Amino acid sequence: MPLALKTCSTISEAGTALKEAGTRYLGGGTLVVRAANEGDVSVSTLVRSTDPALSSISIDGGRATIGASVTMSAVARHPGLSSIAKVAKAVGGPAIRNMATVGGNLFAASPYGDFTVALLALDATVHTTEGHLGAEEFLAGRDGRVVSAVSFDVPSAEQFRFVKISRIKPKGVSVLSIAALVENAGGKINGARIALGCMADRPIRAKAAEKALAGATLTEEGVAPAVAAIGEGTRPLTDAIASAWYRGEVLPVHFRRLLLE
Amino acid sequence: MAKVPVQFTLNGEEKADFVDGGATLLKVLREKVGDTSAKAGCQQGTCGSCSVIIDGELRLSCLTLAETCGGAEIHTTGGLATDGVLHPLQRAFMDEFAAQCGFCTPGMIMAAKVLLDRNPNPSHEDVVEALSGNVCRCTGYEPIIRAVLTAARSNSQNAA
Amino acid sequence: MKLAKSYFADQRTDDLKELGQGLPRSDVPGHVTGKTTYFADRTFPGMLYLKMVRSPHHHARIRSVDLSDAEKHPGVHRILTHKDIPHNLYTILILIQVGPEDEHVLAEDKVRWKGEAVVAVLADSERAANEAAAKVKVDYEVLPDVLDIDSALAPGAPIVNEHHGQNYYMYDSGQSRKVRYGDVEKGFAEADHILEQTYYSSPIEQAPMETTGCIVTPDGNDRFTCYTNTQAMFFTLDNTSIILQMPGHKLHMVGGTVGGGFGGKVDVTVEPIAILAAKLTGRPVSFIYGRYEEMQISSPRAAEKIVLKDGVMKDGRIVARQVWGYTDAGAYSRHSPYGAQKGAAHYPGPYTIPNVWVDTWCVYTNRTPSSAMRGFGVTIADFALEVQMDKLARLIGMDPLEFRFINAYRDGDMKAHRQPTTGAALIECMQEASRVANWPIAEKYLEMSSYKEV
Ligand SMILES: Cc1cc2nc3c(=O)[nH]c(=O)nc-3n(C[C@H](O)[C@H](O)[C@H](O)COP(=O)(O)OP(=O)(O)OC[C@H]3O[C@@H](n4cnc5c(N)ncnc54)[C@H](O)[C@@H]3O)c2cc1C
Repeated sequence: MPLALKTCSTISEAGTALKEAGTRYLGGGTLVVRAANEGDVSVSTLVRSTDPALSSISIDGGRATIGASVTMSAVARHPGLSSIAKVAKAVGGPAIRNMATVGGNLFAASPYGDFTVALLALDATVHTTEGHLGAEEFLAGRDGRVVSAVSFDVPSAEQFRFVKISRIKPKGVSVLSIAALVENAGGKINGARIALGCMADRPIRAKAAEKALAGATLTEEGVAPAVAAIGEGTRPLTDAIASAWYRGEVLPVHFRRLLLE
Repeated sequence: MAKVPVQFTLNGEEKADFVDGGATLLKVLREKVGDTSAKAGCQQGTCGSCSVIIDGELRLSCLTLAETCGGAEIHTTGGLATDGVLHPLQRAFMDEFAAQCGFCTPGMIMAAKVLLDRNPNPSHEDVVEALSGNVCRCTGYEPIIRAVLTAARSNSQNAA
Repeated sequence: MKLAKSYFADQRTDDLKELGQGLPRSDVPGHVTGKTTYFADRTFPGMLYLKMVRSPHHHARIRSVDLSDAEKHPGVHRILTHKDIPHNLYTILILIQVGPEDEHVLAEDKVRWKGEAVVAVLADSERAANEAAAKVKVDYEVLPDVLDIDSALAPGAPIVNEHHGQNYYMYDSGQSRKVRYGDVEKGFAEADHILEQTYYSSPIEQAPMETTGCIVTPDGNDRFTCYTNTQAMFFTLDNTSIILQMPGHKLHMVGGTVGGGFGGKVDVTVEPIAILAAKLTGRPVSFIYGRYEEMQISSPRAAEKIVLKDGVMKDGRIVARQVWGYTDAGAYSRHSPYGAQKGAAHYPGPYTIPNVWVDTWCVYTNRTPSSAMRGFGVTIADFALEVQMDKLARLIGMDPLEFRFINAYRDGDMKAHRQPTTGAALIECMQEASRVANWPIAEKYLEMSSYKEV
């Protein structure tokens, strides 16, 4: 069957259309059209919605709501999102960033999903046609509902740390990425949320390291237990970019640097 | 499967055609409209040789469905020269030996054009960043970067 | 860049005016305007798209092929199997009597590498071709495989390619190409030091921007026009003629600008089958590799294993060099018997050594057939040789560049394969390099010349 595109004016219409077999939502298409080009014939209908809400960014009382169709470029240049601009800028090259959407990134399999790593650390809420849920819960399922937006408290530049390691600079695919939201009160860490990319088939939390950081100081000795625990529960990816072994070896190195440098 | 109508402007000219629903813009440009300047290097978004400018933004035509381009303003390297007069980027690519096999060149020029349209005086680093989604296997990139910087300089001289 | 005319000034009769200055490329105006025509910049009404069904196994027997579902798929026009190919067994270099024929255009009873072509599906869209290809059922019996040179040459290894009978190419000189010059054993006995090292390289994909492919149109008079990006037009023409048992005048091969090749487009993998498809369907046919196919299916530079054993004197002279070079051809010969032979001719490198022994082997494994890439047979040899040169210099405590001056070949020196050296300029290149790199060397080396009165 030839590939067909269905355009819906509302999100809920798209949600209904998505229930049909062989149907997928079309965001920027950087993954789903790519798969079709490479000969994946499992998808025969693409559905998109032109609802303008999907393309809007609003910031209200420190909480950002980003429509699912918002591109990485739009995030990167939004003045209210400067603390997370580096995450959006870390995705692909300029053309990819002009196409890749926030919604699509939530569905990307490792080694992709760098933006989602940040959303996970930010404890973002994912809004869908069937209610909203936390990013972590969403990632566990990632079933066939339409994502309309994500929302999160905009972090300060001081709180939020992000690094993406890649071999080709400036735009290579992730060896790994790490996002950390660190609450630092008078030299002591109050609490931390840490998320990792490429350490499983999709972004995951590093809960052991989070726990080890609670109450720690941001010093070499203070972070040592968290650095030692960062690999706990990970099952790193092996692909053309790096082996699972390599990813596992360099994770603590980059995590330590992220905290201390 | 029914064909769907699409209409857009290509390098300032109106184009209209009936296309397959799932057809990419790359395929439609090359096979229906007859502008073959954008190339199918990987059709995975990784090589940049299909780069075109849609409504002022750099896009990968291999990952863009033609049907989503209704009403869009599309520019390609195929339409960059006006009445036979080359764009400064084209001239600089020639002068700086920035093209060998030529396959990546139209995409490179598109990526460079959106950069210069926004930032007439880019640094070396800005150019590297702007071209970071475009692969070249012949030149080793430096001649291409030099060409973009040269074009920027010649632009600012013309403006002065 | 400048042309250093001071070298050999008294011997030169040439007047090289163009070297050292920029000249515009003749093709670049087409490149920058997007007007250069590559083979795929063409469309024809009624074009069919060819999609290859490929082996998912490194080594397997084909028990059966079931096309019934695929043939019924909407949009499918024809599915080709080995039975459709007039002369299915070929090898490229048979044109210069380098046999035996060892590769099937479409697999018959066995597949010998992961990616080997089994069945070709022709449909009126790429999508339909992909869908039908997914419906082709091939029943495989997986066989043990060998995936590197050492296991291929180990006693009792599974035979990769029955057309050879053993896992290496049998040259007229025996199991290897051989160079014998002087007496290496005597040289090693005299040497102050002996260094034996093993070097390995992995396959390297040429990764041209434009993938391998061709578009064929039937001319209506049993003649076919094939627009191709081959780098080897006459290999393609002649091999197609053999495979399809068609005289050359019925095959109109049209080349043109190639979107990068680097050696990756010298094999004959798309044209014969696409021309046959056009002949059997009467329709234009497009067979263009996707990027995955380009990376995984098109032949890379071979993996190599190189063992170098050198005898060196404290004064810097290399007195004996023994080389065992192994080229991983993958499952089929393609250009590798030639590549391995080229290696034999290349050793011992640009150095004058009185005692040389070289054996180079072309080895078969269940990997993607390897082939040409930028100096194949030589490039990896040079990597190994020059690393070895540095190690030797370190071993005797000598500056690595001066060490090379001592051993560099000069005019009149006899090379190991008994060609006297003429027109050498290694000394001069190294002198220039030492200046440019600010690498100081003793005055006596700066006074040396490649030129020797003979
Ligand atoms: C060359 C290249 C480089 C890349 N580099 C990176 C990188 O560095 N980092 C990175 O994270 N990613 C990278 N990617 C992957 C990809 O571009 C991004 O993950 C992007 O954010 C995906 O978004 P999209 O809109 O293009 O997704 P699409 O391809 O449109 O969709 C992807 C999946 O998500 C689903 N989907 C999309 N939107 C919705 C929605 N609103 N509701 C429900 N389902 C939806 C689709 O159905 C599909 O299954 C790269 C891709 C390419 C081709």
